[in-house]
Amino acid sequence: MQLIDCPWCGPREEVEFHYGGQAGVAYPAAPAELSDEEWARFVFHRANPKGPLHERWSHSAGCRRWFTAVRDTATYRFEK
Amino acid sequence: MTDTTTGPDARPWQPPDHPDFLWRTPEPKRSYDVVIVGGGGHGLATAHYLAKNHGITNVAVLEKGWLAGGNMARNTTLIRSNYLWDESAAIYEHSLKLWEGLEEDLGYPILFSQRGVLNLAHTEQDVRESLRRVEANKLNGIDAEWIGPDEVAKICPIVNVSSDIRYPVHGATYQPRAGIAKHDYVAWGFARRADEAGIDLIQDCAVTGFTTDGDRVTGVRTTRGEIAAGKVALCAAGHTSTLTDLLGIPVPIQSHPLQALVSELLEPVHPTIVMSNAVHVYVSQAHKGELVMGAGVDSYNGYGQRGAFHIIERQMAAAVELFPVFARAHLLRTWGGIVDVTADASPIVGRTPYENVYLNCGWGTGGFKATPGIGWCLAHTIAHDEPHPYVAPFGLDRFVTGALVDEHGAAAVAH
Repeated sequence: MQLIDCPWCGPREEVEFHYGGQAGVAYPAAPAELSDEEWARFVFHRANPKGPLHERWSHSAGCRRWFTAVRDTATYRFEK
Repeated sequence: MTDTTTGPDARPWQPPDHPDFLWRTPEPKRSYDVVIVGGGGHGLATAHYLAKNHGITNVAVLEKGWLAGGNMARNTTLIRSNYLWDESAAIYEHSLKLWEGLEEDLGYPILFSQRGVLNLAHTEQDVRESLRRVEANKLNGIDAEWIGPDEVAKICPIVNVSSDIRYPVHGATYQPRAGIAKHDYVAWGFARRADEAGIDLIQDCAVTGFTTDGDRVTGVRTTRGEIAAGKVALCAAGHTSTLTDLLGIPVPIQSHPLQALVSELLEPVHPTIVMSNAVHVYVSQAHKGELVMGAGVDSYNGYGQRGAFHIIERQMAAAVELFPVFARAHLLRTWGGIVDVTADASPIVGRTPYENVYLNCGWGTGGFKATPGIGWCLAHTIAHDEPHPYVAPFGLDRFVTGALVDEHGAAAVAH
């Protein structure tokens, strides 16, 4: 099983973690001004690269804190 | 055995006679009317129906690996059409009807076996959802019925229908026309027919870029040179984003590993297909005798065509709970494919911002059953430059209009 490095608890088994998808997706600053296309982009579209991806992870069965990690989606290796 | 590589009669080593190939291995031409990117089931079926239904044969199917070596080689081969919504029922039932005549159409055995599918209900909510889906199926002319635990046990005696398990079986929906087919033979059958029609199947040919002129794509750049294209169809499943990112077309899919596994060969014990969303099992017994089971997707995005073992472990635990007899079976092999998941568990098919590029993706965990149906409809879409009525509801624009086709109940978990 893959070990994931929690910034607070250190390396723990993958089953202790919950995946939160792409990191850095900000809520629209002016939601009332968004067009339907812009809402669709915010709600449904996320990066899907083959390679490094900035992601949110939660150490849900440990300290329960969220952190951002960079993981390569082709190798599944955490880069930092 | 005589060594013929040395001594007075030495001659170069010769491989044994190879059986006849089912298709040619052509060099790519400089230009085609239609270029299909992705030589899996959907790409090959599209090629077949372009030739058969529309007489379009100046077509190339480009495959970055070997033919049908991606999800087409990795799925659990379940075929059914008992989806909830009219839009889904139409395309999946069209596909099932094509499956029923496919062996004849392809002139090739595909071992299509209509052994029926049981979708188990384990909670009151499951029961309500199942009854609703059965009635919806009937209204759409799809064979479906609701059966109780006793009848479940009659159809598939190895299911544990006792009340002392964590998620007891309250009943099931039953679609007798559902079935399985031999996935490799399906791909080879389509490939052979497409090849006979003069379509070039080009393997080991990865697309590395596109040449565009305004809102048209004029050609694809590949590891085997540049190929001009009148129209381009993307049939790359879990790898679609790697192509649409090159084109700058945002597509709302996420690629996840999906794992499956087989047991060793066993005597026939499992006469049908059993699926359970709540316990998360879907299992059938292949013709050779392996129990074929699928897991859920791994949670994270991934392209590695493998997944984590704890997913398999969880899957086995669920299977043994529902099928106690499996406890003595040995796991023979596990593997993973990459599936393209959408927000509403429905595919994305149709036109794109480029006027001659057509998209076919988002089939997620259940694209195999759609193979002939989507091939038929995508070929129509390409030939007429207009979405076939069965795929029209699945356009990219539904994420803007909000007209989603939410099939999470019938599709998201179980396949």
